[in-house]
Amino acid sequence: MRNLKKECLLKVEGVSKSFPGVQALSNVNFHLYSGEIVCLVGENGAGKTTLMKILSGAYKKDSGHIFVNGKEVEIENPHHAQKLGISIIYQEFNLTRNQSVAANIYSGREPIQKGIGKYFGFVDRKLMEENSQKLLERVSSKISPKSIVGKLSVAEQQTVEIVKALAVEAKIVIMDEPTATLGEKEVLTLFDTINSLKKQGIGIIFISHRLEEVFKISERIVVMRDGQLIGELKTSQATVEKVIQMMVGRSLTDFLHKIPAEIKDTVLEVRNLNRKGKVKNVNFILRSGEILGIAGLVGSGRSEIVRLLFGVDSKDDGEIFMGGKKLNIKSPKDAVRVGLAFVPEDRAFQGLVLKLSVVENIIMATLKSFSSFGWINKRKIKKISEKFVSRLSIRTPYLHQKVLHLSGGNQQKVVLAKWLISNPRVLIMDEPTRGIDIGAKSEIYALMNELAKNGVGIIMISSELPEVLGMSDRIMVVHEGEISAVLDRNEASQKLIMSYASGQGKEVV
Amino acid sequence: MKEIITKNTERNFKSISSFKEILKGQLAGITLILIIMFVLLSLLTSTFLTSTNIFNILRAFSWIAISAYGECLVVITGGIDLSVGSVMAFSGLITAMIMNAGITVPVAVLAGVISGSLIGFFNGILVTKAKLPPFIATLGSLLIFRGLCSGLTGGWPVRDFPKVFSYLGQYDIPLFGIGIPVPLIFVVFLGIAMFFFLTHTIWGYRIFAVGGNETAAYLSGINTDRTKIMAYVICSTLTAIGGILMTSRLGVASPTAASGYELDVIAAAVVGGTSLAGGEGNILGVFIGAAIMQILRTGLVLVGVTAYWLQAIQGLIIIIAITLDQLRKKRI
Repeated sequence: MRNLKKECLLKVEGVSKSFPGVQALSNVNFHLYSGEIVCLVGENGAGKTTLMKILSGAYKKDSGHIFVNGKEVEIENPHHAQKLGISIIYQEFNLTRNQSVAANIYSGREPIQKGIGKYFGFVDRKLMEENSQKLLERVSSKISPKSIVGKLSVAEQQTVEIVKALAVEAKIVIMDEPTATLGEKEVLTLFDTINSLKKQGIGIIFISHRLEEVFKISERIVVMRDGQLIGELKTSQATVEKVIQMMVGRSLTDFLHKIPAEIKDTVLEVRNLNRKGKVKNVNFILRSGEILGIAGLVGSGRSEIVRLLFGVDSKDDGEIFMGGKKLNIKSPKDAVRVGLAFVPEDRAFQGLVLKLSVVENIIMATLKSFSSFGWINKRKIKKISEKFVSRLSIRTPYLHQKVLHLSGGNQQKVVLAKWLISNPRVLIMDEPTRGIDIGAKSEIYALMNELAKNGVGIIMISSELPEVLGMSDRIMVVHEGEISAVLDRNEASQKLIMSYASGQGKEVV
Repeated sequence: MKEIITKNTERNFKSISSFKEILKGQLAGITLILIIMFVLLSLLTSTFLTSTNIFNILRAFSWIAISAYGECLVVITGGIDLSVGSVMAFSGLITAMIMNAGITVPVAVLAGVISGSLIGFFNGILVTKAKLPPFIATLGSLLIFRGLCSGLTGGWPVRDFPKVFSYLGQYDIPLFGIGIPVPLIFVVFLGIAMFFFLTHTIWGYRIFAVGGNETAAYLSGINTDRTKIMAYVICSTLTAIGGILMTSRLGVASPTAASGYELDVIAAAVVGGTSLAGGEGNILGVFIGAAIMQILRTGLVLVGVTAYWLQAIQGLIIIIAITLDQLRKKRI
């Protein structure tokens, strides 16, 4: 079964793909051997996803050739891709949450009972569970085939996805940002799983934004930019600097600049904030011109704290003061009125109405001020939108473009523009640069500097430690709903933050 | 590139209803269907293109169209209102009963309209505060208010209205030598009012925002519950106006009046391009959608299709219209 001779599983030659107005891929060449882990890196919009979607049959290529096991193929649809042995694991899992692990693994291919049950189409549950067990063992997972998927952790669900790929005898497994939602330990488990796939001769394409991981897991790094394959490096010979430079055409230090602003009076004070099971006794202050970073693992309660502040969830207990005055915030509407603004972590689901245009999204929080007796003054709206589109350099062909068609970075800038118009005193940002390209990131950092300079207090939640360390004046670390440390910019380090975030405290460092 | 940007930013702020954009897309399709139907029926029958027939069509479609404007709002918020048929009957009945109790016509009409608004408020509260799925909430209302109609009358129709009342549905205003039916005037004026409401006011804007992405709208400080309640109130209020016009036209308030009209109303809204997924819709489209449904009904009878086949063909047309629209969207 184990074939140590490396064979070329996949070869992509001169593949191009264009969408209206965008050349998403041009003349891409790529190959993958059996038992190899290749990392595909690039900014958002570089074409990674388009390439993967072509391989998995979601898109059709405009031109070029694809060879699987040496034979040229036209991948018609996702089902066809699966038949060819290509499986893709997206960030959002394709699992039915209310069914068992085994049912998910055999979804669509359930074994039918022998004997009389055959005539009724009864599922052979036992066989399905036994086979699932075997597959789970192949990746040394301890998940029971009988557990309900919805009750598993994110990491476990991911394992189920991987096992699903094994069940269809995939030879090529593509993983799109598999670590984005995982904690540190879970990432290690995932890597073990990936390595065991590798030993079984499966070729793996791993897409990630986290370069440290890329270096840990891969043998080869392929860099894409602007729809082209910029080059590839052997991991053993590559450096982070080199990879980033290939990704952006610039080097790391070019895009994260903190310009310290003058820090003045306290604008926001939070006392004894509580929400059962989520947030415990949170106290902090935020000063004008200050950037307060909030670090912590996903699920630690970081987002819950700011959701309480903004009135999205209701607090059990606690007081919020702004400029010395006690606030009574019951809904986001109240929060907006007192000068709070909130850039949520998920643009598509919480930040934007994708079906509406750039203008319509930009004015969403401030509409009332551009109307009299309910009648919208369209000239004013157009003027203010133009102003902010150019101030944030939002790249859109025209103001009435639906935000759906903008890139991630430009979408995020639309969300920011929406709040900048409201002229907030406190800006809360949850993962402000997640999933956007480095160019847009640097523009957002510059904007944060500018806002701080103008006296806005900024609260920034981020999972990216370099970002937290680079931009914050103070860093608040959250662990299980409690503040485990407040670190000053000068004393903070990745190691220190991680040890507080995982609840180990300072002793361990 | 720079030239393109400056040129395009000069476009005015146009909402979903930008005339040019609509003509390019969905509206063009249904307008074409309308014209084809019109031409075919004019050629095939000698009776179709007569002013009597045309005004009959316009009169008969007016309450459906008025109610469909409101339905459009509810559907844009991502909901649905199944109770419109019952609201038409109920509001007509309330008006009729008050008139027959000897109270003046304007007061009776106003009471009928307000009864509609209250039903809308009830629906809105059920959807937003009790968090019922709109389908269930308004299905309940459909039954409740239909039941109240029979209960209040013991199943007997109410008739013999004051003469003034019959003007609403039966009088033709002479204009340029032709008589314009009063209900048609309501259709046009309410249509224009709703068009501007949806495209030029903050309330209309909020309806689109809530329907497009409720979470994002809420997090931007929009009172999403209030917006939805407003949509249901407007829907039922418009429907009540339609119901009163219908009652006046028929000269009788029957407890079984307008049974099944909810499907015609929803069909008109959907054929007119209102997306059941929420966030999309326009009033002009709804107007044309309602016209198509009515011409179909009248036209088929004129070409000699017996009434028994009508529903099957209507259903087919709805499916074809929506399928074409889906294909158009996919192409883009």
